[in-house]
Amino acid sequence: MGALRQALIEEMDRDPAVVLLGQDIEVFGGAYRVTEGLAARYGSRRVRDTPISEAAMIGAAVGAAMTGLRPVVEIQFNDFIACGMDQLCNQAAKIRFMMGGQVAVPMVLRAPCGATGRAAQHSQSLEAWFMHTPGLKVLMPSSPYDAKGLLKSAIRDDNPVVVLEHKMLYGGASPGGKAKTAVDSLGAAYRPAPDEDYLVPLGRAEIKRPGRDLTVVATGLMVHKALAAAAELEKEGISLEVLDPRTLAPLDREAILDSVARTGRAVIASEDVITCGFGSEVAALLADRGLFHLLAPVRRVCVPDTPIPFAPALEQEVIPQVQDILRAVREVLEASA
Amino acid sequence: MESLKALDKGLVERMHEGMLRIRLFEETQSRLFKAGEQEGFTHLYLGEEAIAVGACLALNPDDFITSTHRGHGHMIAKGGDFKKMFAELYGRTPGACLGRSGSLHIADRGIGMLGANGLVGDGNPIAVGAGYSIRLRGTKQVVASFFGDGASNQGTFHESLNMAASFDLPVVFVLENNGMSCGTITASVCKVLQNLGDRAVAYGIPGENIDGMDVVEVYRTVGKAVERARAGKGPTLVNCQTFRHHGHFEGDIDVRTPQQIKEAQSHDAVADFEKRMLRDGLATEKSIRERRERIQALVDEAVDFARGAPKAPAADAMKFVYAE
Repeated sequence: MGALRQALIEEMDRDPAVVLLGQDIEVFGGAYRVTEGLAARYGSRRVRDTPISEAAMIGAAVGAAMTGLRPVVEIQFNDFIACGMDQLCNQAAKIRFMMGGQVAVPMVLRAPCGATGRAAQHSQSLEAWFMHTPGLKVLMPSSPYDAKGLLKSAIRDDNPVVVLEHKMLYGGASPGGKAKTAVDSLGAAYRPAPDEDYLVPLGRAEIKRPGRDLTVVATGLMVHKALAAAAELEKEGISLEVLDPRTLAPLDREAILDSVARTGRAVIASEDVITCGFGSEVAALLADRGLFHLLAPVRRVCVPDTPIPFAPALEQEVIPQVQDILRAVREVLEASA
Repeated sequence: MESLKALDKGLVERMHEGMLRIRLFEETQSRLFKAGEQEGFTHLYLGEEAIAVGACLALNPDDFITSTHRGHGHMIAKGGDFKKMFAELYGRTPGACLGRSGSLHIADRGIGMLGANGLVGDGNPIAVGAGYSIRLRGTKQVVASFFGDGASNQGTFHESLNMAASFDLPVVFVLENNGMSCGTITASVCKVLQNLGDRAVAYGIPGENIDGMDVVEVYRTVGKAVERARAGKGPTLVNCQTFRHHGHFEGDIDVRTPQQIKEAQSHDAVADFEKRMLRDGLATEKSIRERRERIQALVDEAVDFARGAPKAPAADAMKFVYAE
């Protein structure tokens, strides 16, 4: 969360048009403390609490963005975007197109995603909804380094950008939240964000670990689970490549195809539900343009078609774990021609 | 009705000119659409002219508006160009939105339009954001958000009025109360339909209920609200009672009886205003006829322009999805 806060500070210092809107961001400091101290630094005109009105928040960001500001809206949980989905999909994403390019909508929507013991309405990963809406860009950072660089790029971008931040990657428990973050157990891929001004370009994937035998295309927290699986398999002489798209829309399709052309096998690991999910898109890409690279069928490791349950054992059952990635990788290797 | 003599003569003429521009544009559009000259569908503003004209005359050129699916009138009143408009309705390249919007979303950012919405009630949050932006940028602009009684039952109405009120934003919410929610009589789905301006009480802002068929009353009431907004005192809700002459869109069935429509049309914004102008010596039959002929010629010229303009090329279909 420090990296995200630093990105906001640098961009707010750089450009007075950058403003923050959202529920609990001003006095409270944000559900996950990302905006803590920013109201004191920039005043309540630029860091503004809003009512619990997601449609008005998101719609207001569209109006502000069309008239000279660069609003960054924080929604407490990505599940709540549903209340403002119309404003996001029918306004933010389309209004430039509908008006024949007369306007731009430079706004950012930040929201936590992922399961951390908060049951069905605070645990989803809804990236596929946003990927399915042309006009939106969708980001999902997996490290502080990427989070800061991507958020800064998003704020400078002239399009509406949705940034989905996995709760387990914030690096601290939320107030009152008992769920531990995964940060302590993460390795070097949880790369810290330096203090300097740098950007991570949108639309560019990164190979988090090079490998020979199979590509795992993984997003958000699943990047780290894929890396854990890779470390395990290395002991058996199996070499996984872990590719993190970082930007889900527009997707770096060439990077995925390049990787699979080298390894010949693919597993896709994401925390959204399987039907019409992120993995479906990557699997379709491989079927369309990568079929002759493939030595075995593609496997998706994601949430089955179910809401997320509360009880820890139940949640763990539906959220993909390292073991699930290991199993999928072994199946693909065994099925190889 | 009160005398127009107390008003500036130029203002009276602008009111008449503005309403006639909408009336003749829309009558022509109705004819062309029924003749099958255009694709898609078109929602006409006929009957509601006094609201757009009265409200927009109270605005400055650099003030903003948000518009609706029934938006031709708002665009004309804010200074829209007939040629750009008809070209848009025909899906032609010189159209205001390069043929990407058609009738439904026709809008010109150059005259302060922040879109025309096909989603009922979606303009209000955008107006709130523009108001917030005006505040932060420190300009003295105002936003007028046009929407209908149907939209007043959307959640965005409540969210927007509450947020605009609590932030004291320079927004005037102009409610065009034509009593119809698309094809449904609003009274059958809304317990309290009269005096929707009274809902303002719930948000701690001024609310007005006025005759939306009287351009002078609209101009004065919205003008007062604009002044208040510009002075930093926050938003106002103005409920304008009006009547939609045609169905929800051209060619749509109308659940209102012919008798109801005929009765309502006996109180017509344009005809009533012309009677007042004649009564108060501010126009003659001849001057009214000449004005009509002059505007109709402009309309016809714009139609010819649109018919002859190049069609939006298929190769451009995916342009403007993203800003570069």
